[in-house]
Formats: sequence, structure tokens, C-alpha cells
Amino acid sequence: MTSLLILIPLALILGLIGLGAFIWAVRSGQYEDMDGAAQRILHDMEDDPNG
Amino acid sequence: MTVAWPAGSVGEQSLAGHVQREAGGLCRIGLFVEGVRCGGCVARIERTLAAQPHVVHARLNLSTRRLDLAWKGARGQVDGLVGLLAGMGHAVVPWMPDDVAAADRRHEQDLLLAFGVSAFALANVMMLAWAVWIGHWGDMGPGTRAFFHWMQALIAVPAIAWAGRPFWGSAWRALRAGQTNMDVPIAAGVLLTTAMSLSETLRHGPHVYFDGALALLTVLLLGRWLDSRMRGRTRSGIAQLASIAAQPVTLRLADGRTEAVPAGRVRPGALVVVAAGERVGVDGVVREGLSEVDASLVTGESDPRPLAPGDEAIAGMLNLGQPILVEASAAGADSTLAEMVRLMEAAEQRRGRHVALADRVVRFYTPAVHGLALATFLGWLVLGAVGWQLALVHAVTVLIIACPCALGLAVPATQVAAAGRLLNEQVLIASPTALERAAAVDTVVLDKTGTLTLPGATLAETPADQALVALASGMAAASAHPLARALRAHAPEAPALASVREVRGEGLAWQGPDGEVRLGSAAFCKVDAPNAQAGPGPVVWMSAPGHAPARFRFAPVARPDAAEAVAALQAQGFRLVLASGDRAGPTAELAGALGIGEWHCGQTPADKAALIARLQAEGRRVVMVGDGLNDAPALALADASLAPGTAVDATRRAADAVWMGERLAPVPFTLALAARAHRIVRQNIGFSFVYNAVWVPVAMAGLVTPWIAAAAMAASSLAVTLNAMRVGRFSMPELRA
Repeated sequence: MTSLLILIPLALILGLIGLGAFIWAVRSGQYEDMDGAAQRILHDMEDDPNG
Repeated sequence: MTVAWPAGSVGEQSLAGHVQREAGGLCRIGLFVEGVRCGGCVARIERTLAAQPHVVHARLNLSTRRLDLAWKGARGQVDGLVGLLAGMGHAVVPWMPDDVAAADRRHEQDLLLAFGVSAFALANVMMLAWAVWIGHWGDMGPGTRAFFHWMQALIAVPAIAWAGRPFWGSAWRALRAGQTNMDVPIAAGVLLTTAMSLSETLRHGPHVYFDGALALLTVLLLGRWLDSRMRGRTRSGIAQLASIAAQPVTLRLADGRTEAVPAGRVRPGALVVVAAGERVGVDGVVREGLSEVDASLVTGESDPRPLAPGDEAIAGMLNLGQPILVEASAAGADSTLAEMVRLMEAAEQRRGRHVALADRVVRFYTPAVHGLALATFLGWLVLGAVGWQLALVHAVTVLIIACPCALGLAVPATQVAAAGRLLNEQVLIASPTALERAAAVDTVVLDKTGTLTLPGATLAETPADQALVALASGMAAASAHPLARALRAHAPEAPALASVREVRGEGLAWQGPDGEVRLGSAAFCKVDAPNAQAGPGPVVWMSAPGHAPARFRFAPVARPDAAEAVAALQAQGFRLVLASGDRAGPTAELAGALGIGEWHCGQTPADKAALIARLQAEGRRVVMVGDGLNDAPALALADASLAPGTAVDATRRAADAVWMGERLAPVPFTLALAARAHRIVRQNIGFSFVYNAVWVPVAMAGLVTPWIAAAAMAASSLAVTLNAMRVGRFSMPELRA
């Protein structure tokens, strides 16, 4: 039983880290173009100083 | 007819008006780009634009085909950048203004975050819930079960409170207004389930439904997020039309002075000066001056037409030539243009009354479900003779089982799948209810010029001497004028000539070895042409040393697949009506060529709107397809509307959907897809009724435990979503060119 008291909070903390990453990804606009991002990696872009 | 030669203004609009100005001389515009198929196009377009020294930002979204473009400099530079895209074969349509887009994007992000939090909580609660379910058959002690229930409550309660905000607010507002919407049963179901589970946790009861509440919330948030992605620009076209109508006009006073006044204040009999390049602000009669006007706003025909003293001038005509003096015959507030604004306002209010199918279903669905839940509660209390807590548990399971998942998820899922399919056919949906309204249509009213025909003109008659044609094409390569482009398109292989001079409003001149070659209006080419008016369409003259004056005649041509698309529409069983502002001859000719039996010519904007109203009065559901500002009131009035991407801005905004490209095929395709999508939505709603008919009695009998609720909900959501996805594979083989 004591193992549950450690493992469940541990699972929750790991999940929260994932949730935090998801929130960061949404906030930084990574879900706005889901088709484009997958394809962009295939093309060599010249270095664009303006992003 | 001679042709005016204003630099790129006939049928060619500058996009400068759509550019947003920001601090530091930064200009920004959002554009929908046609013909983007893959990451390769994205990379090519971005690279080309970024290579321009003044461009600071160019990013193309492959999911929405939206290009965000920012540069330092003048607004007008947008036309050059768009020209670059056109050179690569990508036409563009201005997208929504940025402030609207930003608000939409924030809302979309909020929903996605709420969905993420809810899904996270669901996954963790499920993990704990499974342990309890399995424990019911095993040897889990009541202490361990209570611990697991408390852990679930700890995760679920804050997650539900936070992630459900989109529903709480909306449901509360509806209830306060004495109405119900879809959010009322959702909020009631989720909140009651949570409260009941919390009380079971406190009482150390055997069943909690935190996972059911979270699953509902997660699925519905997903539906809401999909729905928000559907909502493009729904701003009306009225503002823009009204701004044209509100432009000040210049009055000539009795003492010869001039004064700028709002068009609405002009009295009949007043003299109004219309400078070159200005729009006529009032209806009236020309008193002085010879000029040419672009009457496309009024008639939809973009060929310049001459205007002489005694001719009627109509508000909205664009003066292309010399200044003219117009005597107002009606007050400014009664002008044709002001009338159009009023027509559109009335029409858009009418359309605002359309209630989406899902909302209509919810109107009787909600009271029915709440009634059944109440009956369950009372039934168990009175007949079952159990405690009120258990009676409430059974009533709440009815709410969980009957929650409108099919409506909340399947409708937006179908719409998103349909919109995605349409995007691949270069059709952009502007209004979330557009597909639903288009599905009910049985009559198609088509505009002629720019809709059935290609926008602009095509070279119809050339001089016999091919050397002259090649020379003209070489000169035309230097100009962006629509007629020059049409001429160039006729003989694209001719070498382009250097140092061609463009004279605004006149034509092109080039210093050849034997002397100056001119291409343009009859006056510019010094042609005395009494026989110039011998047929329809604009004419361009050419004078070259040692040659007789040569004539190029342009004519509008039907879209390449117009006949095929019209046949497809007829095969779909639509009644077709052609409504054109043009004269009887060309209208009848095109109607005959395409096999459209019913046609009306010489239609003013008000006539077109009246035609739509008449058809609707006959009980017809009408879709209007048009591109001119003169079509805008009819587009707004019709049950659904389509406009080509080349249409003027106010018209595109009045339309429900915009299609790109030269083909007419997207029109039958959109209508067929709308019908298909509607059928699937109805199937899904029907499915959810069957599902409820099976499970609600089970829940009322008190036989639904949390794991049955979870399984039934997952199965129904999956079924309607998979059904919705079928619309994404829709195709019409008869239209494949």
C-alpha cells in the first residue's frame, strides 16, 4: 500500500510535466499549422535572421 | 468603343486598402494563397518573398493557406509582392484583418488549452478508475477504494472547474435570459455528475463518475475547438460598401467655389464635380465633360463605357477619364449606392435568423432529457422506495448517458472535414452555417460577367499580320494593365521589348527602329476610327510606322469548364437562372451556349435582389453565385452564396464561400459536398437518437455503472466521428477535368 502513496503522486508529477509542455506548445503557437510544420523540416531554408 | 488605359485599374484592384499599418513603418497583410499543395510550395513562396529586401516577415500556414506578410515601406508595395506570387502561379485573396484574426486565435488557443487540461485529467482519473472497477471483482478493501476516489476527486474537481469555463459562462447567460442552448444540458450534466461523485466520495459510496464527467467535457471541448477553427471571417460586407457611399462629394457652388460635403447632404439639382479617378457620389445627369466610366459597381460589366453630357450618371460609377460635372437628380441619401447598403443590411439581418440544425434539435432535446432525469429521480424515490441519494445517482447517470455528444462533436467534426475537403478544391468557407444552408438549396442564380465568364477580357480578334501581333505582345509584356495581360497571354512567346513607356489613361509607346509604335486608345494612336464601334467588347488600337492602324478586340470568354459545370448542376437537379447586368444579346447568347433556359438581362443590383426575393417567395431555396459589387445585395439575400476569388472585397464578404481559380467546377462541387455533409450530420443525429433510445432506459433502470457509461460514451463518440470523416473522401468524378 505504501508503494501507492509514492507511485501515484509520481505518476501525476510526470503527467503534469507533460501537461506543462503541452501548454507551452499551445502558447507558443505550435498548433496553428499542423500540416506545415510536418513538411517544413524536409526543406532546407536559408538562415532567416528575422525568423 | 475605345478603351481607357488607367494603370491597372479596370478589373484590377489594388490590395493597398487591406494593408494594416503598424508602428515603425511596418505594413502587414493576411492573404489566402491559391494553389498551395505541399511543403514545397510553402518553402518556395516564403523564400521568394523573404528575398525581397523590404520584406521582414513571410510565413505561410499550410493548414489554412494563410500567408502572413509584413514589410517596411508603403502600403502600395503589396501589389508588387502579390505580382511575384502571381508570377509563380499563385493568386491571392485578402484574408481577414489582423485584429479579428488575433481575437479568434486567442479563443482557439483557450479552447485547446482547456481540452489539453481536461484530457490530461481524464487520462489520470481513468487510470485510477480502472483500478477501482477491477477492484470490485477483486479484493480491494473499502479503505483503498476511498483513497482512489479521493485521488480522482483531487484531480477531477479543479480540472473540471477550470476546463469547463467555456460552457459555464454560456449556459449561465442563456439561463439568465430565460433560454436554453446546447451548453445548458452540458453544464448541468457535468456539474451534477461531479457534485454527485463528490458526495459519493464523502459518503464512501461504491461508485464515482469523475471519469464520465471528464470524458464528456473532453469530447465536447474537442468539438468546440474544431468548431472554432471553422469560424473564419464572418464580418459583413456592409461596412465597406457604406464607406464608398460615405465618401464626400465635391459640390460646385453658384459662385464657382467648390465645397466637399457628405453625399447624404446633397440636394436634387446640386452640381457635383467628379474628378478623374473618383467615384460618382450621387445619381444624376452629366452636364459638362466627356469621359469614360467603369460602371462595374452598378452593372457588373467592367468594360469602360463612354459618358457624355445628357447621359445618366449613377452613384458608384468610377470616372476613368476627364473631370465631369453631374447635376444631382435625387438626394444623396436616395442614391443607388445608398439603396444597395440598405438592401444588404436588410438581407444580412434576415440571414442572421438562420438557426443551425444542431441548435434546433437541442431546443426540444434539452427539456426531454431533463424531464427524463427528473422522472427517474421521482420514480426511484416513490416507486423504488430508495433513499434520495441513490435516486439522484440514477437520475444523474441518465444525464451522463444522454449528454449531446453527437451534436457537440459530430457536427463540428463533419464541418471541419468538409471544409478541409473544400480547401483542397480551393474553396474557402466563410460562415459556419454556410454548408448547412447550401445543403437545402434547389435553385442556382448565376451572374454572367466574371462568374460564368472569366474576369477580365480575352483577345478575340487580332490583325492578320502576325508580326504586328508579336510586336504588340512584346510591348504588352511591360504593362500590368488587364488588356495588356490578355494580349500578352495570346502570344506569350514573343520577345518582351525593353524601354516601353506607359502613358496613364492612354496606352503604351515604344521607340522602334523606324519610329514610335503606339498601342492604346484610338486617340492615343491617332487613329480616326468611325468604324471602331463594330461589335462588343473593348478595342485596343496599334499604330506602327509603315503599317495601317491595327485593331485588337477583346471579349469576355466563358470559364473553360462552364458548360460542364452547368451540366453537372442541372444533373444535380437544380433550377438554373442567369441574371446579368449586361444587354440582352450577349446574355441570351451565353445562356444558349450553356443550355440555361431561364435568363434575365439588364439587371440592376435591386433587380437581382428582387429576383432572389421572388424565387424565395415561390418557396425556392436559392444560392446566388456572383462576383460584382452589384451582386452583393443578392448574395446577402440568398439562402447561400458563392463568389469567385476575383470578386471585389465587399462581394466576397457578403458571400458564404469563395472559390479560387479559373474553373467553375467548385460551384457544383461545393453544393454537392454541402448536401453530403448535411446527410452525414443528420445520420449522426439519428444515430445519437438510437443510442439514447437504447441506453437511456438502461440508465433509468439504474443499471449503468461508471464503466458502462465510459464504454458507451467512447463507442458513440468514436462512431459519429468516424462517420463524419467520410465526408473528407467525397469526390465528383464527372467534374475531373
